[in-house]
Amino acid sequence: MGSHVLPTPGVYSVMNTHEPFERVVAAHGARVLRVCRAVLGPVDAEDAWSETFLAALQAYPDLPADANVEAWLVTIAHRKAIDVTRRRARLPVPVAAAPERAAPEGTWGAAPAADADVWRAVRELPDRQRLCVAYHYLGGLPFAEVAALIGGSADAARRAAHDGIKKLRAPSPQPTQDGADR
Amino acid sequence: MNTPLDGAGALPARLLQDAPATLERLRERLADDAQDAGSLDVAYRTLDTAVGPLLLAATDVGLVRVAFGVQDHDLVLDDLARRISPRVLRAPQRLDRAAREIDEYLAGHRRDFDLPLDLRLTSGFRRIVVEHLPRIGYGHTESYTQVATAAGNPKAVRAAGTACALNPLPIVVPCHRVVRSDGTFGNYAGGTDAKRTLLHLESASRP
Repeated sequence: MGSHVLPTPGVYSVMNTHEPFERVVAAHGARVLRVCRAVLGPVDAEDAWSETFLAALQAYPDLPADANVEAWLVTIAHRKAIDVTRRRARLPVPVAAAPERAAPEGTWGAAPAADADVWRAVRELPDRQRLCVAYHYLGGLPFAEVAALIGGSADAARRAAHDGIKKLRAPSPQPTQDGADR
Repeated sequence: MNTPLDGAGALPARLLQDAPATLERLRERLADDAQDAGSLDVAYRTLDTAVGPLLLAATDVGLVRVAFGVQDHDLVLDDLARRISPRVLRAPQRLDRAAREIDEYLAGHRRDFDLPLDLRLTSGFRRIVVEHLPRIGYGHTESYTQVATAAGNPKAVRAAGTACALNPLPIVVPCHRVVRSDGTFGNYAGGTDAKRTLLHLESASRP
């Protein structure tokens, strides 16, 4: 990965100021898993989580001491989720072509039956709404950083997140009953 | 300003729910993946023993640190992150053999350790002392003066004591076998009780 958030591991200083990475996993593992589940569904989320933390571990010694570790992890998770989605689809992903397209069914795996309604509701959100909900409400990224990650303005990210939340709050995920909110 | 989770209460609870079993499984998988990728600079585990909980840590060279509970394992891990690398994960597998040998030793079934050691946390005169300590046989003791002499500087008795106190690999590198000239135990990183336990174990198990 040549991404700017994953600096090439190099020679790092002898006296390191970072805490042991195990503590980063303990502090942020649950949050990153929530983000990955919302973006990819409960099954593929595990691959994305694993790839996120392995990449983070490798880049960790070079992370600036004052970096926001949580935002850094959510950013890596976003890229890894794209990788997982691409591998699933085994096709190039039309990133900008269909912004309102819902996530393909295949990337959500088989959710446990009891949770099926929740995951269906999340899955049926348009991509941008789902990502904005995941990165802001679950990942804790400010809307400006969400926008930097997925494109568009901070205001657009805020609107997408609110629209997404509204749909998830609806008593039933079925679009026919969603009309009452409009 | 928006607080990050402002409004998150409106989300379905399932999205916010923790999954501790899943996280533990993922954490173990991360340790395996990191090991396979050559990215695990320091692996550690804890071991419950008769001398309290021990922290064991290893690099890819070998066992690099053993620490007693009284030394505060969190502080020891901070120190390892600073002095070796912050790529530190709980990964018991790399420490299986060390844990087994320490268990056998504490049960009186083992007299010598057969483990690759990484002595990078000690240097200079202290390292010379640490390298001498394994030559003090099981069930035997030496005085700090004898150790200083063996390390090539008979006058450096105090420095020999410091070297023992800062031994990064207590138990495995037997600094507990160094006692005062008057026969009293002397200080020990794991506490005097732990030192007494180890010396009694060795005198009881000596054939």
